[in-house]
Amino acid sequence: MPIDQIEVLLAMSLVRAIGGWVRNLTRELRDFTDYTDSPRRYKRLRRNMILMGVVGTTLPLIFLGYFNYHQFQRAMKAELVQPLRILVNRTKHSFELFLTERLSALSFIASAYSWEELADEKGLHRIFQVMKKELGGFVDIGLINGRGVQVNYVGPYDLKGKDYSDQAWFQEVKVRGRYVSEVFMGYRKFPHFVIAVERQTDHGEWWVLRATVDTEKFNNLIASMGLTQTTDAFVVNRQGVLQTPSKYYGKVMEQCPFVLPPPSQVPMVVETEDAFGREVLLGYTYSDFPGFILMVVQPRAEMLGAWFTLRNELFVLFAGSLGVIYLVLYRVTGLLVRRIQESDLRREAAHREMQYTSKLASIGRLAAGVAHEINNPMAIIAEKAGLMRDLLEKDPEFIHREKFLALTSSILQSVDRVKNITHRLLGFARRMDVQFELLSLNEVVQEVLTFLEKEAFHRSIHLELDLAPDLPQIYSDKGQLQQVFLNILNNAFEAVPDGGRVSVRTWKEGAEWVAVAVEDNGKGMSEEVMRHIFEPFFTTKKGYGTGLGLSITYGIVTRLGGKIQVKSKEGVGTTFTVILPLIAPQKEGSRDGAM
Amino acid sequence: MEPCKVLLVDDEEEFVSTLAERLRLRDIVAEVALNGEQALKAVEERPPHVVVLDVLLPGMGGLEVLRRIRDSHPQVQVILLTGRGSDEEARKGMALGAVDYLVKPVHLEELIAKIRKASPCQARETL
Repeated sequence: MPIDQIEVLLAMSLVRAIGGWVRNLTRELRDFTDYTDSPRRYKRLRRNMILMGVVGTTLPLIFLGYFNYHQFQRAMKAELVQPLRILVNRTKHSFELFLTERLSALSFIASAYSWEELADEKGLHRIFQVMKKELGGFVDIGLINGRGVQVNYVGPYDLKGKDYSDQAWFQEVKVRGRYVSEVFMGYRKFPHFVIAVERQTDHGEWWVLRATVDTEKFNNLIASMGLTQTTDAFVVNRQGVLQTPSKYYGKVMEQCPFVLPPPSQVPMVVETEDAFGREVLLGYTYSDFPGFILMVVQPRAEMLGAWFTLRNELFVLFAGSLGVIYLVLYRVTGLLVRRIQESDLRREAAHREMQYTSKLASIGRLAAGVAHEINNPMAIIAEKAGLMRDLLEKDPEFIHREKFLALTSSILQSVDRVKNITHRLLGFARRMDVQFELLSLNEVVQEVLTFLEKEAFHRSIHLELDLAPDLPQIYSDKGQLQQVFLNILNNAFEAVPDGGRVSVRTWKEGAEWVAVAVEDNGKGMSEEVMRHIFEPFFTTKKGYGTGLGLSITYGIVTRLGGKIQVKSKEGVGTTFTVILPLIAPQKEGSRDGAM
Repeated sequence: MEPCKVLLVDDEEEFVSTLAERLRLRDIVAEVALNGEQALKAVEERPPHVVVLDVLLPGMGGLEVLRRIRDSHPQVQVILLTGRGSDEEARKGMALGAVDYLVKPVHLEELIAKIRKASPCQARETL
């Protein structure tokens, strides 16, 4: 079937187009590993996955649905159309039988009786009575001689002597030997038709026997078809004039509103629209002799009701499956992409942390190297200046003695300052090394504060210290603790405005713990921010924060067996409290740095 | 009591010679060696009371020099000079028989105090 070919072609071209598209998509998916962290990429990934899933599932479903639909439609139609066809055929035969029966009866009478017998008025009357009784439907009967004059007549009208010679049917019966008229009203004023047969006398003179049949019988035939309420059946002639009354399309002798279908001896069913615009199934067949067309009209909606139900069910099934597929696709891709995103983030976090630690390690090495290198010339400067001072003190006569003494002590003070700096640098380098020792938390805090004194001074930040004098020494890692307090104090300094206040307090917490609290009166944090501050890469310092400070701090405090707490109120300030055990648990592999 | 005889061993000549001069101003007999070989030779020829020995020496290391001095002249006391952050070296040196150690850069007064503590000789802490 051509439809099938078109479908196959369509399917093939679609498959080709989709194939190309899917190739593009898979390429995009394969190249996805390129490292950028824009969220748009995940959205696109998800969109592509969904699209692929949708195409991969929807297309086969659509094809399946389409073919099923047509297959079902064909089967259903055949099943519905067949009974209509049989009905039409059967009724056609009934009509033909009815007509042939009447014609045969007339033919039989014409053959069985001689001209003389039929010309006898009484005899014809008797014959007519038998016909009416046995066969029914006859209205009248008449005998016409070869010149077209009705010589004998039995019936309700006075038609004896009527001349038919100039009428078309009279000529036709002379040629064909028999004749069946179409239905007409005539002067009898009711629908009827005429049948006639031609005979010849022994002398070669021909004559015609003519009878009129009431169409009342047609209605009985149609009634016997057992049609439903909405179904209409009627007969039209070849000009489309109704020969029997129709329920919807007019009375007898009116023009039937349907365009006459192409002639067919076998019953056919076509889909068409009637005069009221209704979709109908038109079953019809042409009868050859006498020339009439039997039509059965059935509204399509009624006919195909079952099909529509099935179609709706099919559609609901189709839509339902699509819905389920899309929901599953949506959920699964969402989950998948989120997993990918999380794993990307984790990988990135690990990567950055690694970079950060190795960076710190190199800075540590560099600092240690610089400190050592600077120490040697500083030692020389210190000794030279010391010698100068020694010599000056030995020589009270020297004119610029006081001035030079001041100069040398200034040099020595500067050397001390440099010594402090190199000391701190070495301390920073050593921070990379995990070294547990007995230490004073107060000292650690004070050392860290030396880094920040300058900033506090320039920004006139009030540093308040409340360090417990009886704080017990703890066994912990000095370098790591320095980093912890440096991070926390840095944050405090960033939070406060110039002239703000940062206070540090230490105390003994129970028998086993010591605590340090760093409080500022800065801008504080929202609940939301507080929930995230210990997460790696969470930062409020847009542009310059790594988001690592507090996560590292948290990691260190946890490794040293301590706890870190934060209290904050927006616009009021923040308090970080670090609680440390007197003896930190020592674990293998607790080193933070690579030195 | 005779004045302290001290041998200063350090590869930084400017540093060690200035330090020696400052010690001499305080009536300490100070001699200088710039490496391990010189130091061993000086100890052999003129044994001092105290050797102030830098741990980080080119060639023969400070600890090796210390070991040899302790072997050949057990009466000579050795004070180690270490850089900051090399506590490990100092610990080893003490184990090898050094009497004390100082972290560079040194304060002169501290050095003299340690010398006096190490050996019963005469040294002034002030000019």
